[in-house]
Amino acid sequence: MSSHYEAPIREPLVTGEKTYHDISVEVGAPVLGRANKTWYIVFTLALIAFLWGLGCIIYTVSTGIGVWGLNKTIGWAWDITNFVWWVGIGHAGTLISAVLLLFRQKWRMAVNRSAEAMTIFAVVQAGLFPIIHMGRPWLAYWVLPIPNQFGSLWVNFNSPLLWDVFAISTYLSVSLVFWWTGLLPDFAMLRDRTTNEFQKKIYGILSFGWSGRVKDWQRFEEVSLVLAGLATPLVLSVHTIVSFDFATSVVPGWHSTIFPPYFVAGAIFSGFAMVQTLLIIMRKVVNLQDYITLLHIEYMNKVILLTGGIVSVAYITEFFIGWYSGTSYENYTYLSFGAATGPYAWAFWALIICNFVVPLTLWVKKLRRNILWTFIVALVINIGMWFERFDIIVIDLSKGRTPSSWAMFSPTFVDIGVFIGTIGFFFVLFLLYARTFPVIAQAEVKTILKSSGEYYKNLRAKHGDDVAHHVDNDPTAKEPSANIEGKKDFFGDTSTEKEPGSEHVPTVNADALGLTEAQKDRLDAMLARIGTYNPKLESADNLQKLNGVGPLLEQHLHQVGIYKYDQVANLTKDDYILLDEVIENFPIIENRGDWNTQATELKNK
Amino acid sequence: MASKTIHAIYNDDDLLLHAVKQVREARYHIGEIYTPFPVHGLDKAVGEAPTRLAITSFLYGITGLSVAVLMMNYMMVQDWPQDIGGKPSFSFLTNMPSFIPIMFELTVFFAAHLMVITFYMRSRLAPFKKAENPDPRTTDDMFLMEVDATNHNVEDLTKFLYDTGAAEIKLIDNK
Repeated sequence: MSSHYEAPIREPLVTGEKTYHDISVEVGAPVLGRANKTWYIVFTLALIAFLWGLGCIIYTVSTGIGVWGLNKTIGWAWDITNFVWWVGIGHAGTLISAVLLLFRQKWRMAVNRSAEAMTIFAVVQAGLFPIIHMGRPWLAYWVLPIPNQFGSLWVNFNSPLLWDVFAISTYLSVSLVFWWTGLLPDFAMLRDRTTNEFQKKIYGILSFGWSGRVKDWQRFEEVSLVLAGLATPLVLSVHTIVSFDFATSVVPGWHSTIFPPYFVAGAIFSGFAMVQTLLIIMRKVVNLQDYITLLHIEYMNKVILLTGGIVSVAYITEFFIGWYSGTSYENYTYLSFGAATGPYAWAFWALIICNFVVPLTLWVKKLRRNILWTFIVALVINIGMWFERFDIIVIDLSKGRTPSSWAMFSPTFVDIGVFIGTIGFFFVLFLLYARTFPVIAQAEVKTILKSSGEYYKNLRAKHGDDVAHHVDNDPTAKEPSANIEGKKDFFGDTSTEKEPGSEHVPTVNADALGLTEAQKDRLDAMLARIGTYNPKLESADNLQKLNGVGPLLEQHLHQVGIYKYDQVANLTKDDYILLDEVIENFPIIENRGDWNTQATELKNK
Repeated sequence: MASKTIHAIYNDDDLLLHAVKQVREARYHIGEIYTPFPVHGLDKAVGEAPTRLAITSFLYGITGLSVAVLMMNYMMVQDWPQDIGGKPSFSFLTNMPSFIPIMFELTVFFAAHLMVITFYMRSRLAPFKKAENPDPRTTDDMFLMEVDATNHNVEDLTKFLYDTGAAEIKLIDNK
């Protein structure tokens, strides 16, 4: 038997008593269930922001780049700031899915899917800015090395801007196939779980006919590993090349050899901040706190601490070298005494406070494990990293070598609108993703359940490391098979170690709900009234046809022993009060309507 | 010829892995196994040869590198050499340092995409492809083993599979 041992000192990565089936149900629930009101409100806001930004883009393209606040001195400002900011945010996804895979970090599995989604959506936003900045976006194909009508005047392969084209498009497309390959087994799970014909068809197409053969899994794991190996240097190269846009120029403050590593660290820093921002909200909204735990948040905070430290050292180095060079124009670069006291002092101090000072609080373990504080710090870092790019671009350009051309930059409403629009577009994509995609790599999480799940860890703590790790033959897990009788306990099934006092109705698995004995007795009384379910003779009904019932509530109903429309039709007022008491988030009467009539109708269909 | 297959369904990966070893020891033939997640060591237990996808990826990467070198040499040095920013394009070698980023990117581009395409083709994965797992629960929490029963006593084989811990057993008769 393969060993599932993991040092007991490691905290569990999956909390709660989970079976493989529970993981399928809980990951599938947000997709197969219905969206709540909050989702629609946030989606509408994001959509409005997106449409506003779209309007600003159309205005820019139809009128010209002159509608932005750019001037003769400052030819790059918000557009490239936003471009670098979005590319940087994208880096966390690849870091989590690729670098952490190479390091065999199990905690990546709960967050990699969403982080990669974030990567792809962020890079889409990033790609927009250079294209808009071209002024004539319909000529964007001129950046490709294709034969043309100018006697084949080829693109300039010496230019970092062209390197960017290749780096960003490789990064976007490779991230996309990496993401999609990992999604296949999870789409297949949704395809096989849904009862809706339309969903079955859609997820059937999306899953590419994934069947889960041994050879498929062997290739799947190899492909994931090699892609991770390729994506790791790729992600480092992308922001290195973005930093070349600046570092290969001769502008004071840009012409800096520490830019590549410093940009990469900054990118991961800001990317993890964005992952925190998104996941702290998402885990709550889609009820996945058991998978994205406090431990995951703390781990990400540690990565933020490390990369934030690298960035801080880079700031200090830049400041010191600027001063030590003794050159007059170096005193006006974005990290210098001149910048700290000049007209852009507010931007300078915003950078220092947001990226340097505030993240230092994460050295305190209490704050690192405080979700609200983490969320605030993540937002602050997002803002700070935007200022970093703004400072590099605008402060450095505003005071060049010739004082006669010194200038200030102020954005127009179009600059701001396009930026807000990309934020809206990003959230539109992310919210659609959260409703239609399995947001956790459930197949991968299942592989670590026995080593890192809380239940199995407790099992080992109680019975020693050699205990059998079989998933209990849980009657609620599926419709029990009729031929289960005669099954021999080959390895001593753990389910035989039932706690005393379990002489309740066998189809009830109320332990998963954490009930008292008194409540269990009341459940037995209820089932005696409404009838029990006999898995050997009958098959369960689809309770999700009842108003307000999604996959999660259906599982809870199974846990209290309700499987049939007959049983629902017989429920009395007292039973509803009991159900409301024992089932978390049991729908109120306004949301569920009259289940008794609904069940009777469904039964007679 | 009529062929018979038995579908033995297990509800646990450790049970399955153990059962695979027993079935192979007893000289029964395992047709295929469908699992909801990669079970560590199952490919070796079944006797699958290691996959060669990583090797193809390496070859594709070399192809990508060659494409990059040939393309940039043709465009920048052979076809239309220019003097850009005081850096003339006289030979590939003197120009190469500024070609390295794109040489790297195209290596990765070819290695990643062509490997994934090879994987999809070898495992016959494509949009609109029908899934072939015999039981929908094999993508959830069940592990299905197809055992060839054509030249065996079905009774014995069934009993044997029960003893290995199978939760459900189905006889599939292809007449």
